[in-house]
Amino acid sequence: MPLTISFNLNGRPASVEVDETALLLDVLRGDLGLTGARFGCGAGQCGACAVLVDGVSVQSCGVEMGALAGKSVVTVEGLGTPQRPHPLQAAFIELQAGQCGYCLSGILIASAALIDTNPDPDRAQIAHALDGHLCRCGVHNRVIDAVTLAARRMREKAPA
Amino acid sequence: MSLPPMLAANPRLDRWVGFEPDGRARIAFGRMEYGQGIGASLAQMAADELDVPFARLRIVPAATGDIPDEGLTVGSMSTEFSGPAIRAACAEVRALFTAAAATRLGCAPADLQVRDGAFLKAGQPTGLDYWALAAEVDLAREATGQATLKTVDQMDIVGQSVPRPDLPSKVFGAAFLHDIALPGMRHARVLRQPGPAAKLQSLDEAAVRRAVPEVDILIDGAFVAFICDAEADAARAHAIAEANVRWTGARQLDPALAEAAALKTLPHETFAAGAPPSETSNRRRVTATYGKPYLSHGSMGPSAGIARFEGGKLTLWTHNQGVYPMRALAARITGLAPDAIEVIHAQGPGCYGHNGADDPPIDAALIAIRRPGPPIRVQWRREDEFAWAPVGTAMLMELSAELDASGRLVDYTAEIWNTAHTGARGTAVAESALPGYVDPGPQPIRLMPDGSRFSGGLLNVIPSYDIETTRTVEHVIFPPPVRTSSLRSLGGAPNTFAGESFVDELAEAAGQDPLAYRLSMVSEPRGRAVLQTLSKMCDWPKRGLPGSGQGLGLGYDRHRGRGGFVACAAEVEIDREVRLVRMWCAADAGLIINPDGARNQIEGGIIMAASWTLKEQVTFGGPGIASTTWDDYPILRFSEVPPIEIELLNTRAARPHGVGELSQGVAMAAIANAVAHALGARVRDLPFTRERIAAALLA
Repeated sequence: MPLTISFNLNGRPASVEVDETALLLDVLRGDLGLTGARFGCGAGQCGACAVLVDGVSVQSCGVEMGALAGKSVVTVEGLGTPQRPHPLQAAFIELQAGQCGYCLSGILIASAALIDTNPDPDRAQIAHALDGHLCRCGVHNRVIDAVTLAARRMREKAPA
Repeated sequence: MSLPPMLAANPRLDRWVGFEPDGRARIAFGRMEYGQGIGASLAQMAADELDVPFARLRIVPAATGDIPDEGLTVGSMSTEFSGPAIRAACAEVRALFTAAAATRLGCAPADLQVRDGAFLKAGQPTGLDYWALAAEVDLAREATGQATLKTVDQMDIVGQSVPRPDLPSKVFGAAFLHDIALPGMRHARVLRQPGPAAKLQSLDEAAVRRAVPEVDILIDGAFVAFICDAEADAARAHAIAEANVRWTGARQLDPALAEAAALKTLPHETFAAGAPPSETSNRRRVTATYGKPYLSHGSMGPSAGIARFEGGKLTLWTHNQGVYPMRALAARITGLAPDAIEVIHAQGPGCYGHNGADDPPIDAALIAIRRPGPPIRVQWRREDEFAWAPVGTAMLMELSAELDASGRLVDYTAEIWNTAHTGARGTAVAESALPGYVDPGPQPIRLMPDGSRFSGGLLNVIPSYDIETTRTVEHVIFPPPVRTSSLRSLGGAPNTFAGESFVDELAEAAGQDPLAYRLSMVSEPRGRAVLQTLSKMCDWPKRGLPGSGQGLGLGYDRHRGRGGFVACAAEVEIDREVRLVRMWCAADAGLIINPDGARNQIEGGIIMAASWTLKEQVTFGGPGIASTTWDDYPILRFSEVPPIEIELLNTRAARPHGVGELSQGVAMAAIANAVAHALGARVRDLPFTRERIAAALLA
């Protein structure tokens, strides 16, 4: 039976009428028209669909809507916009940290969650945080450089 | 001057270039962007020849009718082959407009220069630019090839790391075909036949409808599709159907056929070339056999396609490697005239060759023709992409060499077994499910326009050295046990893995350092330069003794024997498993259009090759491929990727070579040779799993 499920999406209240077993990824891409979270495997094995739920990076292909009531969801669209990019988005463009780009939404989300808990991650920590995210084009080193750059800029900007 | 082949095939200048009222220059080319950055590179060449700033170009989105027909975007050939066409077209346009401006101004064309799209005389503005003259210069004419192209030292934009225009949308959430939502669009899933000969015996439609009451079930022969307004409903209907369907004639594929050695047991045709068999000699002979398994393209997004059939016209949306080949495929399978089919390209996940991208548009077309009106979107599942997309063929390489008294390599024989590397081109997996399908029978090898036969297996089969006598024997298996088709480099990278592993073994047999041995057989200065540069980058002279658990190895080749020169080194540590510590690459790919883009491609190629070498193997079972999840088919992860250093040489050479598949073979060889150095023992079969490392140590 469809339920009305209310949650916070990218900083704004959202409400959808869906089955409580409906998957967050399907609802984001379908009902809500937010295509940033990508379908990669549907089994939590690739990371392409990652979003933040209450600040934690999770694979939205495995999250049922029933578990979301009252929570906060941030997708890559909620990180920033072309006019006001998140420092991560700006750094990924600046360092051209992408080829096909299909994995980038999930990687940006996981990187945002990492920097939130560890503002000065080293190479091994970034790699560890992104190990659940597959990339086939081989932009791993650029991604690590871009996350490092964004984290540095965010530290420099943050009040001491 | 003769026209570049792609311009000769599409000679009308207005197919390539135009000037739009908003002050932009319109550039069209027939190559598909799929993240490799070709859009930026080709536009840079156009901007230079036109003398128009890059930012004022508008790249025409790829669609049949809107862009020149350049076939498929394959083989690391876009820069090398499409580049000259777009340069020649732009140069000719520039000359035509310069002549028109000169007529208006009453001066000679040679008195004029073009800057930022405007004509200058003695450095002063004339008030004329391309746009002011657009109405009087008719570009609906054929190229003559008479215009003079710029020389490299006259190029400003070529050689700059212009950012890729396609990348920003990919970090803000909307970019891909997968994201297109057309009004009234419906979603479909297709039930796949368990093997091309399987027939549908029964489907419990009631069970499907109980779960998804609104589902539209389409059955035509063994082609079964479930169509719903919501994608999740189509997926659910499909899942219920999978558990409630019976087939007859399902195939059972022997898992043992997934091994490279099993290729020898399959029917094949044999093609021999090169020198006659070696006379018995008293020279020293060395032989070794290498194996490479079937490999998945492993695109991050399962393929998707959209089709709409309305008023007898079929419109397809695809992220494949070419809109015109897609149209030809759709025409053949649907029976529609090509003129009745429009194909629109949209961005997709990286394909690295012929992955599943051709298939969902055909699935969708078959449904749309039977359900005219709404757009039909077919999204393959991860399992579909792994199981039904073509894979790169396994290869078995038996190499044999004769060394003279000094240890020099003087006679080389490569005998290889593989399926045709381009075998599944122009096919779709859905075809065999349709009523009336007839198996096309053996067509193992593509006949090239010059009459030669091409399977893709012989690329780089002879190592890139000065060798007096060489010969090849190729056994091409048909039918292949699973669909096989183009995977980045075809046989090139696997052959370089084998050949360059073998050259290390020959160096050992000759008692020589692997780098010195190679340099003694490379007379080409550009080849020597990449090897010498690599030696400095990786500090080769400090290489330690074999068998220490730490290894340094290298590989060298010239792409396809005629393209860029490249050398790669790898440092590894082995403690049961191989850990990549660092990698280095020196490449001379001639004129570099976009240095950052070239580095991105070269590094990506190295990482993909490292993944192939250490991790990947398609497995068989049931009706076909058994490795259908990322758990079954692991690829290299972030924590396993080493830092990589790349140096580009000779970047202002007169001609560019492709970089998309330049680095894979040498990266595979470098890792293989580093592993052998670390172990003091050779592993000859890919991938280098923990079990194979242990076996090599025990042997």
